[in-house]
Amino acid sequence: MADRPEPDGIVLTEAQKRSRRRRSIAIALALGVLVVLFFAVTLVKGPAVLNRPL
Amino acid sequence: MSVVDHNAIELAPRISEADVADYFALLKPRVMSLVVFTALVGLVIAPGHVHPVLAITALLCIAVGAGASGALNMALEGDIDALMSRTANRPIPRGRITSPEAMAFGMTLAFFSVLTLGILVNWIAGSLLAFTIFFYVVVYTMWLKRRTAQNIVIGGAAGSLPPVVAWAAATGSLSVEPLLLFLIIFFWTPPLALFRSDDYARAGVPMLPVVAGPDATRLQILLYTIVLVAVAAAPWPLGYFDAIYGIASLILGAGMLALAINVYRRRARAESLRATRKLFAFSILYLFALFATLALEVAFRAIAPTIW
Repeated sequence: MADRPEPDGIVLTEAQKRSRRRRSIAIALALGVLVVLFFAVTLVKGPAVLNRPL
Repeated sequence: MSVVDHNAIELAPRISEADVADYFALLKPRVMSLVVFTALVGLVIAPGHVHPVLAITALLCIAVGAGASGALNMALEGDIDALMSRTANRPIPRGRITSPEAMAFGMTLAFFSVLTLGILVNWIAGSLLAFTIFFYVVVYTMWLKRRTAQNIVIGGAAGSLPPVVAWAAATGSLSVEPLLLFLIIFFWTPPLALFRSDDYARAGVPMLPVVAGPDATRLQILLYTIVLVAVAAAPWPLGYFDAIYGIASLILGAGMLALAINVYRRRARAESLRATRKLFAFSILYLFALFATLALEVAFRAIAPTIW
């Protein structure tokens, strides 16, 4: 059993890896902007940003 | 070799090579720039003070919401887009992004833009943004576009809402002024959009020149332009906007009217094409100049008392 080779699975090409990495960075930046936005608005409106009449 | 290996190749998942730029193209950046501009004018003319951070938040959410509408529209129209030269280069017909990927992307952006606008600014603006996206995607794209030649006229309401959303973001309520901006963009859209025909005929979309013929379209373009000029000038005598805006709207309106009459009169193919292109180019300048005048006038009125 032990000497059976591991299955390769799906191996990404270099182009696929590069584009995936760029997309991941873009998602990370978008999340970062969202975090900064919520932080900035909380500073502007005070800590009660979620606690107010709708 | 074996059937199993063959199936494994057939069932291998499609792995995306889409770049960030492809996803950015899904947002229809040129439409988005107009949306941001008209929303900015809505913010500027709204009474009272808006904190700059909240103003930027509102603009960002409106821009992302508009982008989400664009992505969802492209996700639903990949089949039509592939048949038209104007849209054949979009990411879905080019095979860079699949329709389900665009759908997921659009839904995610729509969800976060509405939620963020609602939580951080106010829920009137958030609800209006949700309605705008719903109107563009469900009412225009899914329902009207393939069924009626009035698709672009009614669907134009979605593109007219951004200044209303922005006003609601700034004031937490609605009023006549943002509705006037809504009406101006609403009547500005048909003369701009009615004359795209050749491509749409091939894609089987019922646009007015395909269904009713070019002459009926020319007449409608002229009629919509007359209504547009009247609607754009009306806020001045009604007392909502001041004289600088009123005079600018009349001068710009005269230009629009002259070009629309030109479109109506010139029916030979080459001449007609040139006349339509001129009207198209001028109408973009028209809306930009009209809204910029309005914003500058309001900004000037706000600054003037501090100078004198």
